[in-house]
Amino acid sequence: MPAMNMIQALRSAMDIMLERDPDVLVFGEDVGFFGGVFRCTEGLQQKYGKRRVFDSPIAEAGIVATAVGMGAYGLRPVVEIQFADYIYPATDQLISEAARLRYRSAGDFTAPLTVRAPYGGGIFGGQTHSQSPEAIFTHVAGLKTVIPSTPYDAKGLLIAAIEDDDPVMFFEPKRIYNGPFDGHHERPVTPWAKHPASDVPDGYYTIPLGQANVVRPGDAVTVLAYGTMVHVALAAAEDSGVDAEVIDLRTLNPLDLDTIVDSVKKTGRCVVVHEATRIGGFGGELSAVVQEHCFYHLEAPVQRVTGWDTPYPHAFEWEYFPGPKRVAEALRQAVEA
Amino acid sequence: MKNEMPLALHIPEPKFRPGDHPDFSDMRLPAAGAAPRPDTHANARDTHPLVYDLIRVLDEAGQAVGPWNPKLDPETLKRGLRYMVLTRIYDDRMQRAQRQGKTSFYMTCTGEEAIGVAQAMALDRADMCFPTYRQQGLLIARDWSLVDMMCQIYSNSRDRLKGRQLPVMYSSKEAGFFSISGNLGTQFPQAVGWAMASAYKGDHRIAAAWIGDGSTSEGDFHHALTFAGVYRAPVILNIVNNQWAISSFQGFAGGELTTFAARAVGFGLPGLRVDGNDFLAVYAATEWAAERARANLGPTLIELFTYRASAHSTSDDPSRYRPADESKCWPLGDPVERLRRHLTALGAWTDAEHEALVEELTQSVRAANKEAESYGTLGTGPTVSASTMFEDVFKEMPPHLRRQRQQTGV
Repeated sequence: MPAMNMIQALRSAMDIMLERDPDVLVFGEDVGFFGGVFRCTEGLQQKYGKRRVFDSPIAEAGIVATAVGMGAYGLRPVVEIQFADYIYPATDQLISEAARLRYRSAGDFTAPLTVRAPYGGGIFGGQTHSQSPEAIFTHVAGLKTVIPSTPYDAKGLLIAAIEDDDPVMFFEPKRIYNGPFDGHHERPVTPWAKHPASDVPDGYYTIPLGQANVVRPGDAVTVLAYGTMVHVALAAAEDSGVDAEVIDLRTLNPLDLDTIVDSVKKTGRCVVVHEATRIGGFGGELSAVVQEHCFYHLEAPVQRVTGWDTPYPHAFEWEYFPGPKRVAEALRQAVEA
Repeated sequence: MKNEMPLALHIPEPKFRPGDHPDFSDMRLPAAGAAPRPDTHANARDTHPLVYDLIRVLDEAGQAVGPWNPKLDPETLKRGLRYMVLTRIYDDRMQRAQRQGKTSFYMTCTGEEAIGVAQAMALDRADMCFPTYRQQGLLIARDWSLVDMMCQIYSNSRDRLKGRQLPVMYSSKEAGFFSISGNLGTQFPQAVGWAMASAYKGDHRIAAAWIGDGSTSEGDFHHALTFAGVYRAPVILNIVNNQWAISSFQGFAGGELTTFAARAVGFGLPGLRVDGNDFLAVYAATEWAAERARANLGPTLIELFTYRASAHSTSDDPSRYRPADESKCWPLGDPVERLRRHLTALGAWTDAEHEALVEELTQSVRAANKEAESYGTLGTGPTVSASTMFEDVFKEMPPHLRRQRQQTGV
């Protein structure tokens, strides 16, 4: 089984789907000849031709709108938004159109598109290349939201997303495109090649949407995380010595409630971690479902470790980024409460 | 240099307000038959004089003149008239149903019937339409069931959209009628995407989209033109300039500065400005654009110059912002009467035949309405089961929606 980094795994997923299904096409800014600014689509145009993998005008709303129209026709477009920060011009097409097309036409028209967008901080991208807008889309009925944390998951989840008959927001944690960054920014990034999750089959496989993954079993506290924060949470568990059970949510909507509830009922404690700003963030939803379903099992308040409620500050991203130190502190507080 | 003059803003204002006597005598109306008709394979630039012109076929005497005359046979013309009259009677019946409390809302297309009807007839039945809420004539001219349309208006037990959509926001893939959105202009670039998909698959079907003059201010309008031009999508992009976006006149969309058809120029698209109350001109322009699209020559932008004779919707009172008789003063007349006069001038239609047609269609609309009401109305029911509100959010119902459905107890 070859080792792949996340970019290669994502490319492999698109490659397989382009090969298997003539209704799949890939487009977006710079994704064709150049292969995308993160090179996720590199080589795909050469392999499948510019009819199936092509560049688009720099207009996110236009990219998503045309993908909605293509979906209504019966294709399965996979579009790239260069950075998740740039997705906002397309929100009307995503929220008002793609998400509701099936509903408002009672199944007559559907929008089976996949929107790929690199998100999150830790690359010195400033406030326009670092945001985590996932909570905005989880609030929308009719959209699915997926965030992988390993190359293996990225490939299986992306194939599942492309095959899904509903519109899927696929946020890619760009900080871990090349290696499982654990939040210790002063340490060199270990490449994916040295990580078991970089063993990615060449061929087709899927990871079903809506299923979380217990990546570290433990008894003392449940940590709910996704994307880069899964690795930060693992580092924090190690650093703190707390026997934390780390759950990689993988899909935020639909959410795997059973896995969360089973774990919190077992540990009696819960820490939620995400990069996005705290107010109105997805951590609020996670805290609420834990409270609703596990209140009588809780032995400590649910804690949230998140980005601060400011835009992403370029020069201070390590102070902003919820690193293992902050997560470890929350773990200790949770078990000592 | 110091600016000595205080800067000032221009806030557009329509020429006439309630109490004024509307006078359109200064409106430049090119004569019917005067506009040249470029070959359908012409370069986009060859059409550009036409974006400031006005393509007209029917003259004041009801004769069809000039190079844009599509030379339709009397039977086709009668069919067009029939659909337009039917659309008007249908609108009238549904408007009254709203006043009677049988539905919450309605929008007529009075004065704009030529657009939906002539364009549907000029397109192929398999072509996909991406309409606004004022092209019910498309469905009617495609012989779609009036009962089906009424059931949507009444949100009743036979509403194919299960009571989810505002009345008039029809959707029928089978009829080639794309689901209408309340967010303005969103369908315009979607139509381009659909057309791109059709071309990608080597299909034969083209797409057509409609947008109002006001909604051309939306970003989606510009995205549609960019993408349509860049990828040479087989799509017809129609702007219905009916002068009014609720109470905002078309000057607020930039209509004082240029024509809407002229937006084509900067995008490198062919553009046509057409008398939207002239059934023959609308038909001919649509046919021209469709021929281009089918020949892989790409999109065409058409401005249909018309007047919204009635209110924006049943929630609107236009006498509050424009002269009550403005629609009657509209110099391009009424599309139904103009086609009727043409058929009469041809010797193919009589007043008696017209009266008989109106009577026949009134009876058929009445019968359709009776049937639709038998399946329920919004006011009295029955409607579809409320449990259906949880369906179709996703293809498969996820556990959280299943739980919520159980909680409603329906």
